[in-house]
Amino acid sequence: MGNSNKTYDVVVIGAGHNGLTNAAFLAKSGLDVLVLEKNDYIGGATVSRELEPGWFYSNCSYVCSLFRPEIYQALDLGRHGLEIVPLQGSVTFSQSGDYFGSYHHSEIRRREIARHSQRDADASIRFDADLMKWCRLIRGMLLRTPPDPTSFKPRDFMEFAFLLKKFHELSEDQIYQFIRFFTMSIAEYLEEYFENDLLLAHFSGGSIIGTGLGVYSPGTAYVLLHHAMGDVDGNVGSWGFARGGMGAVSGALASAFQAHGGEIRSGAEVAEINVSGRTATGVTLASGEVIKAKKVVSNLDAQRTFLKVMNEKDVPPDVLTRARNFKIRGSSGKLNIALDGMPKFPTLPEGSPLTLGHMHFTDTLERLERAYDDWKEDRWSADPYTDTLIPSQYDPTVAPPGKHMMSVFVQYCPVEAEGGWTPEKKDAFGKTVIDQINDYSPGFKDMIVHAEVRTPKELEEEVGLTGGNIFQGELTLDQLLFNRPFPGYAQYRGPVRNMYMCSSSNHPGGGVMGAPGANAAREILRDLKRTDTTPEDFGDD
Amino acid sequence: MHDFTKTLAPSPFYDRIVAQSQTQNWAHWNGYQTPRVVDTVASEYFAVRSSCSVMDLTPMEKYRITGPDAKAFLNRLVVRDVSKLKPGRVTYVVWCNDEGKVIDDGTVFHLSEGVYRLCAQHHQLDWLRLSSIGFDVSIELETHDVAALSVQGPTSYSVLTEAGISGLETVKPFDIVHTQLDGFDITVSRTGFTGDLGYELWTEPENALALWDAIFEVKKRGLYDIRLIGLDALEMVRIEAGFIMPGWDFNTAETVIRDGYDRTPYELDLGWLVNLNKPYFTGKRALAAANKQPLKRKMVKLILDGNKVPSGSFIFDRKDGKNIGAVMAHSWSPILKRAIAYADIELINGQVPKEVSVEIYYQKELAWKLHWARAEVTDKPFWTPKRRSITPPDAY
Ligand SMILES: Cc1cc2nc3c(=O)[nH]c(=O)nc-3n(C[C@H](O)[C@H](O)[C@H](O)COP(=O)(O)OP(=O)(O)OC[C@H]3O[C@@H](n4cnc5c(N)ncnc54)[C@H](O)[C@@H]3O)c2cc1C
Repeated sequence: MGNSNKTYDVVVIGAGHNGLTNAAFLAKSGLDVLVLEKNDYIGGATVSRELEPGWFYSNCSYVCSLFRPEIYQALDLGRHGLEIVPLQGSVTFSQSGDYFGSYHHSEIRRREIARHSQRDADASIRFDADLMKWCRLIRGMLLRTPPDPTSFKPRDFMEFAFLLKKFHELSEDQIYQFIRFFTMSIAEYLEEYFENDLLLAHFSGGSIIGTGLGVYSPGTAYVLLHHAMGDVDGNVGSWGFARGGMGAVSGALASAFQAHGGEIRSGAEVAEINVSGRTATGVTLASGEVIKAKKVVSNLDAQRTFLKVMNEKDVPPDVLTRARNFKIRGSSGKLNIALDGMPKFPTLPEGSPLTLGHMHFTDTLERLERAYDDWKEDRWSADPYTDTLIPSQYDPTVAPPGKHMMSVFVQYCPVEAEGGWTPEKKDAFGKTVIDQINDYSPGFKDMIVHAEVRTPKELEEEVGLTGGNIFQGELTLDQLLFNRPFPGYAQYRGPVRNMYMCSSSNHPGGGVMGAPGANAAREILRDLKRTDTTPEDFGDD
Repeated sequence: MHDFTKTLAPSPFYDRIVAQSQTQNWAHWNGYQTPRVVDTVASEYFAVRSSCSVMDLTPMEKYRITGPDAKAFLNRLVVRDVSKLKPGRVTYVVWCNDEGKVIDDGTVFHLSEGVYRLCAQHHQLDWLRLSSIGFDVSIELETHDVAALSVQGPTSYSVLTEAGISGLETVKPFDIVHTQLDGFDITVSRTGFTGDLGYELWTEPENALALWDAIFEVKKRGLYDIRLIGLDALEMVRIEAGFIMPGWDFNTAETVIRDGYDRTPYELDLGWLVNLNKPYFTGKRALAAANKQPLKRKMVKLILDGNKVPSGSFIFDRKDGKNIGAVMAHSWSPILKRAIAYADIELINGQVPKEVSVEIYYQKELAWKLHWARAEVTDKPFWTPKRRSITPPDAY
C-alpha cells in the first residue's frame, strides 16, 4: 500500500494506452505521477493476453494504424521494445467463388481492380487523391486541442485561425466537398467513384467498424479516415501489427513512463474522484484507500468518468445530462482464435499474399446493410461483416511455430442480445462467425484449439468500455472535434478544478492513437506552467 | 572464354533468387547480380528485425590467408591487435596506408589454427600481396569459391536449428563452428551486418542450392517466416546497427584523387580499433602522430527530430549558421521512427557538437520545400537489441 500521507502531483485513473501516454509525458516533465488500473494487467483495449498457453491474443484492438508517430518518437518507444510490422493488403471473398484483392504492389493492385472493372481502376486514382486530402486535413488536427468556438480567449482564437488556415489550403469548392464528406454515408460516397459491387463492399467495410451505423447511414464516410490515416504518414512502418500484439504498445508506453520515474498500480480500482470545494483532491479506491493528488486525470470514457467515478453532486446538471445522452452504444464483437495450423482459403491461388492482410467475407453493400438491420433489432448479425487477420504469419511471438493466431473483429454485435446475453447466446454468436469463416476455409473448424468470444458485454465488464463501444463514444460530427465529448468540455478539463480527461471519449477520439493522452498532458502542463514535453505535429507542409 | 554478353555474374544461388524475386529489381555488388528489392523494402527490413531474413553474401570479397607467417602478416596489415585472435573467432578490422588513411574495412576469421579468411569491402589482392613482401604467407582470392548466406533476425537461431544445423546454442557472437548439413561441410559464424541476432553460413558452391533449400524448407514446413532480402533493406539495418561502408560513407585511401579527401580511423570514430602499443603495423607512425594532434573533423551519427530524411543535406552549427559538413549515409529507421544519418563534420572549437541543424530539401507534389531539423549527435549505434548478444539465443 502506498504512503497515505503522500500527495502525488498527478493520479491517472486507468492504464489504457491514453492513460499511459498522458502519464508518460507528465512524468517526462518531472512530475510525480501514479497510474491506477482496475485490472491486474495494463493496457485496457490495447492489450495482449495469453489465454491458451503459447498463444498471445490482441484481445481488443489488433492493428496499429493511427498511433501518432510523433508520440512514438518523443517517448522513444522503439527503444522501449515497440516494433510495428507493416501489414499489407486485404481481400474480400465473394459468394460466387471469386475475390477482390487489394495488393500492396500498386501495379498488381491496379490490374486486380481492372479485372473487376476497368473504369474503377482509373477511378481509384481520383478516390485515393480525394481521401488523402481529407486525411491530411484531419491529421493536422489530431495533436491539437480543439478550439472552443464560444470563447474569445487569445489562444483559442489562434487555434481557430489555425483551423481556418488549414481549410484555406483547400479551395472553396473543396471545403464544401469536405463538409459533404463529413455528413455522407460511405455507400453514397463510394458510389460517386466506383461501379463494381464487390469493390464497393470491400472499400466500405472499414467505415462501419465500431459504429452504430450502417453503410447507408450519414456520417460513415468520415469513419473511413480513421482507418485510412495510417497510410498518410508515408514512412515505412506506420500501419501494421505491433510485434507481440497490441500489448506491446502499452508495454512500451509503460516502460517509457517508468523510465521517467512513473509508478503503476494494477488491481487498483478507483471508486471515486474526491472533490473538495469544487477542486479534485485525489481518489478513493474500491478498497477504501485514499490517495491524494494535486491533479486527477481520467482515462475512462465520458459516461464512466462523469456518471460512475465522479460523485453526481460534483457534476453540473448540464454535464450530467450530456453524459447520459452521450452516444456510446456498442456494436462490435471479437473472436480471438488459437489454430493448430494455417487455414487454407482455396479460392485464392496457391502462394497468394492476400492471407497476409485483412480478410472479409461480405461482398455486397446490401449484405452489409442487412447485418446492420439485425443489430438495430438487438440481434447479432446472422451474416456478419468481419475483419479477419492471421498475424502469426509474420509475428513469430504470438503463436508456437507452425501454429497460428487469428483475430476476427465482428460487426455487428448488440449490447443486449434480445433481453440479455447468456452463455448459450454467446456461444451461438461465436458459432455464427466461425461458420462464416468455415464457408471460405473448409476444415477451419477442426483447427481450432481455443477461441475467446467477446461481445460488448465482456468488453464492458473487462475493459470498462461503457456499452462495449470500441471508440469510447460514437465518431459522429456531433461528438467530434470541439463537440467531443460535449461542447465546452473539449479541452480536456473537467467540471471541477484540477480534474482532466485523457481518454478516447475526447478529441480526436477512438483508436490506438495516443493523441487524447498527449493533448491532455499538454493542457495539464500548460496549467502548471511547465515546459511542454508533448510533441508537435510533424506536419507535411 | 570471356563472356562479354552479360554485365553481371550469377551467384551460385542465382536460380533461387530469380525465382523468389517479385520485383526483378537488381543492383550490382562486386560484379554479381544482387537483388536491390525482392518484394518490398518494408517487408524485408522487418524480416531482419522481426523474423528471419536471408541474403546472398557470396559477392563479398574474401581472401584465404595461410602459411607460417599468416598471423604476423595480418597483425602487420591491420591497425587492431589480432595476434591473440583464437581459432574459431572473428574480429572486425580496418587497415591503413603508410599515411594512416583507411584503405578498407572487413572481418578476420580465424578458421582453424593458422588458417584465416579476410573479408573485405573492396578488391584488395594488390594491397595484400604488396603488404606481404617478406612474409611466408599465401594469399588467395576465394570470393568465387565460397558460397555464403547471411541469415539474420530474431528467429534465425530457431530457423537454422530446424534446418538441421546443430550446436548453435553455444555459439557466441563472433564464434565460428565447422559442422555438417545433410552430408556436406558448412562453416557457421555468428556474425552479420544487421546488428541483430544472426549467422553467416559458408560452404562450397556445389552445396549452395542444398544449403538454400534446407533453410527455406523450414518455411515450407510452415514453421517460420523466412524472407530473402535485398541491398535496400540491408542499407537500413546496417545504418541502424552503426556500421559504416568504405567507399560510400568515406573515400577509401587508394581511390582518393583530391588532397585531404581520405580519412584516418580517428576521423571515422574508429580510434578504438587502433592499437599503438602493438609492434609495427602499416600506418603506425602516422597514426601515432595523428593521435597527438587535436581532431579537426569526425564522422558522427545523427538522430534527427521530425520525419524528413536528410538526403544530400548540409549540416550547420545552428539554423542558418555555419556550414560544418554534410550528411553521408542516411535512412528512416522504422523501429525508432526517426531519421538517422552519418555526417562528416568539422569540429567546433575542437569539440564534437552535441546537436546540429540539418538543412533538408524535400518534395511534396513536385514542389521543393526546405526544412530545418534539429539533430542530436551521438557516438552509439542507433539500435542494439539485447537478443543480438544473448547465448543461447532466444527462440524469437
Ligand atoms: C474489440 C476492439 C477492437 C478494436 N480494434 C482497434 C484496432 O484494430 N485499431 C485501433 O486503432 N483501435 C481499435 N480499437 C479501439 C481502441 O482499442 C480504443 O479506442 C483504445 O484502446 C482506447 O484507449 P483508451 O486509453 O482511451 O481507453 P481504454 O483502453 O478503455 O482504457 C481505460 C482503462 O481504464 C481502466 N479502468 C476502467 N475503470 C477503472 C476504474 N474505475 N479504476 C481504475 N481503472 C479503470 C480500464 O481497465 C482500462 O485499462 C478496438 C477496440 C475494441 C474494444
